[in-house]
Amino acid sequence: MKFTKTALVGALMLSVAVPAFAQQRSLVINTDTSDPAPKAAFDALIADFEAANPDVKVTVNLFDHEGYKTAIRNFLTADSPDLANWYAGNRMAPFVKAGQFMDVSDVWAENGLNESLASAASSMTIDGKQWGVPYTYYQWGIYFNKDVYKAAGVEVPKTWDEFVANCAKFQAAGVDCLTTGSKALWPTAGIFDYLDLRTNGYDFHMQLTSGDIPWTDDRVKAVFAEWAKVVPYTTANHAAIDWQDAAALLVQGKAANYVMGNFAVATFKDGGMTNDSLGFMPFPEITPGLARAEEAPTDTIHIPAGAKNVADAKKFLAFMASAEQQTKMNETLGQLPINKDSTVGDDPFLKAGFELLSTADGGIAQFFDRDASAEMAKVGMEGFQEFMVKPDRIDAILDRLEKTRARLAK
Amino acid sequence: MTLSPNSITAPRKRRSRQALAPWLFLAPGLAMFLVYVIVPVFQSMWVSFFDWDGLSPKTWVGIANYIELIDDEAFYTSLKNNVIWLALYMLAVPAGLMIALFLNQTVRGIRIYKSLFFFPFVISQVVVGLIFSWFYAPDFGLLYKLIEWLTGSQVAILADEHLVTYGIIAAGLWPQIAYCMILYLTGLNAVAPDQIEAARLDGAKGWKMLWYVVLPQLRPATFIALVVTVIGALRSFDLVSIMTSGGPYGSSRVLSYYMYEQALSEYGYRMGYGAAIAVVLFAIMMIFISGFIWKMWRDEQGAR
Repeated sequence: MKFTKTALVGALMLSVAVPAFAQQRSLVINTDTSDPAPKAAFDALIADFEAANPDVKVTVNLFDHEGYKTAIRNFLTADSPDLANWYAGNRMAPFVKAGQFMDVSDVWAENGLNESLASAASSMTIDGKQWGVPYTYYQWGIYFNKDVYKAAGVEVPKTWDEFVANCAKFQAAGVDCLTTGSKALWPTAGIFDYLDLRTNGYDFHMQLTSGDIPWTDDRVKAVFAEWAKVVPYTTANHAAIDWQDAAALLVQGKAANYVMGNFAVATFKDGGMTNDSLGFMPFPEITPGLARAEEAPTDTIHIPAGAKNVADAKKFLAFMASAEQQTKMNETLGQLPINKDSTVGDDPFLKAGFELLSTADGGIAQFFDRDASAEMAKVGMEGFQEFMVKPDRIDAILDRLEKTRARLAK
Repeated sequence: MTLSPNSITAPRKRRSRQALAPWLFLAPGLAMFLVYVIVPVFQSMWVSFFDWDGLSPKTWVGIANYIELIDDEAFYTSLKNNVIWLALYMLAVPAGLMIALFLNQTVRGIRIYKSLFFFPFVISQVVVGLIFSWFYAPDFGLLYKLIEWLTGSQVAILADEHLVTYGIIAAGLWPQIAYCMILYLTGLNAVAPDQIEAARLDGAKGWKMLWYVVLPQLRPATFIALVVTVIGALRSFDLVSIMTSGGPYGSSRVLSYYMYEQALSEYGYRMGYGAAIAVVLFAIMMIFISGFIWKMWRDEQGAR
C-alpha cells in the first residue's frame, strides 16, 4: 500500500515535471534574410537568443527576398508568426494603419531604446508610437573610381558645381561622369533623393515624399534643373541595364561616379576593385549652409498583431536592440548598427558611413520608395527614369506625378 | 447490361436516365469551371467598384475606378500596345503556314528539322525572354553589335520607348510561329492526296494550288491558329515582365501587365483599380471569343 502511494506520488510528480520540461515555448520568425550574409547574421542572433533563453525554441521561416514582399500580406492576415522582418518609414505605414503590426512603444521605453536607437527613432514612429525595432542600416553616397579620377586629372569635388564641371572633363576623356542602371527603376530614386535633400533640405524632402507638397512646386523644378546638368553626362543606355551592369562600368573604368548604397561595395570588390581604387564621398553640397541630411534605409523587425507569443517576441526585440548583438550582426552583414553604443567593423567604407550618418545634423531619410507611399514611389521612379531619358518632358512628367499625389491625398 | 422485362416497360425512366448521364459526367468539370472561372469573373467585376488595398476594409466607390481609367495615360499606352501586339502577332499565322509547307516534304532527317523548328515553343517563355534580352543587350548583345557594325549608331532596343514593344513582340513571335507551324503540319497530314492529284491533273500548281485546294482543307487548322494567336497576344504578360517589367517608364506595358502592377505588385495593391483594368481586358477578349464561338456554332449548325 505504502509502496503504491509512493509510486503514485512519484508518478504525479513526474506528470507535473514532464510537461514543465516539455513546455519549451516556441517563437516563430518569418524573415526575408535569404541572402548568405543576412542569413548568417540571423542564425547567429537566434543561436545567441536561444542560449540566453533556453526555454524558448525559435522557428525560422525563410522567404525569398522578393517573394517576401507579397507573402507578408498573406501571412499577416492568415497565419501570423510572432515576429516578421520589414522596413522602416512609410513602408510600414500600410500595415500599421491596417492594424497588422503591434505597438511596441513599451519595449522602447523599458529598454532605453529611445536613446540608444535615437538615429532611427523618427523612422520607426507613427502617431507617436513605435511599431518595430531596427537592427541595421547603411549609407548612400557617391562611389567613384579613383583611377579614372587620376587618369582624367580631376580632383574629388566638394560642391555640386565642381562635380558638374568635372563631368565635362570626364566626357573629354571618354568616360561617363555618372553611371546608373535604371531598369529596375529604384537606382534613379537615390539620385533624386540626394538632389532634393541637398537643394531643399530634409524637411522639404519629407513633406514632398509624404505628399504634402505639390510636385509642380518651383522648388521641385529647381531639383530637376540641377539634375538636368548631369543628364548629358550619364550612361546613355541606363534604362536597359541593371544596377550590377552599371557597377561593371565603374569597375572597368568606363564610368567615374555612381550614386549607390553601401551594399554595392561587395559588387565593386567582386569586380576587382580594392580600397585603393574604390573611393567614397558624400553627395556634394548644392545649397550652401543647408543642414546635411543623408539617406540610410533601415531594416526592422515587427510583432504582427496576430502573434501568439508576444512576451517572448518582445524579449527578442530587446535582445536584438542591444549594442552587443547589433555590433555582432552588422559585422556579419557588413552594414551599420543603429545602437549608438555599438562598434563598427574595420572597413573604410563602413567607417565613413558611420561617421557620415552619426554627424548628419539634417536628418536621415529612408529612401524614396520607403518614404513615399508605394504607389507614389512607382509613378515617381518611372518619372525619374523618363526624365533621365527625355529631360525636355519635365513638365508633363511633373504633371503626371502631381496627378497621382492629388489622388492619393484624397 | 441485359434488359429485364421490367425496364422495357419503363422507357420514360430510361430516357430520363439518358438525359441525366451527360450532365453527371460533366458535373466535375462544370463545378471546377464555375468555381475557378465563372465566379472569379463576377468577383472581379464586383471588386472593380471598390477602393481596396487587400488588407483594410473595402470602400464602395462606384464607377470611380473606370472614370480614373479614362483619364489614365498609362492605360492608353497599355491599350495601344495591346493593339500593336494583336496586329503583329497575326504574322505568326502566315509565317507558321509557310514554314509548315516548307517542312511538309519527305526528305531524310526531316523529323529533326521539324523538331528544331518546333523547339522555341517547347522552351519556357521566360527563357525566350531572357535569350532575347541578351540578344538586344547594350554593349554585348548580338543584335546590338550587329546594328553598331552596320550603321555605327548604338540602339538599345529595350530602352527605347518607340522600339521596345516591337522588340518584345519579335521575341513572342518566335515561339508563336512554331506553334502555328505545328498546327499546320498536323493539318497538312489530313489534306486529301487524291484531291491534290486531281487538281494537278487539272493543271493547278503553285499559288493557285495553295489557295484553291490546300488552304480550304486547312480551314480548321487556320481557325485554331487564329484563336490561339489572338488569345496569346491579348494575354501577353510573361515576356513583358521578364524583358522590361513594362519599362522604360511604362512604355512597353500591356493591359495584363498593368493590371498586375496595379493590383499585385510591390508598388500596387490597388485591387479595385486592377480589377477595373481586368474587366476592360475581359471585355476586349469577349469580342473575339464570342466571335469565335459564334463561328464554331454556325459551322456546327451547317454540318448538321
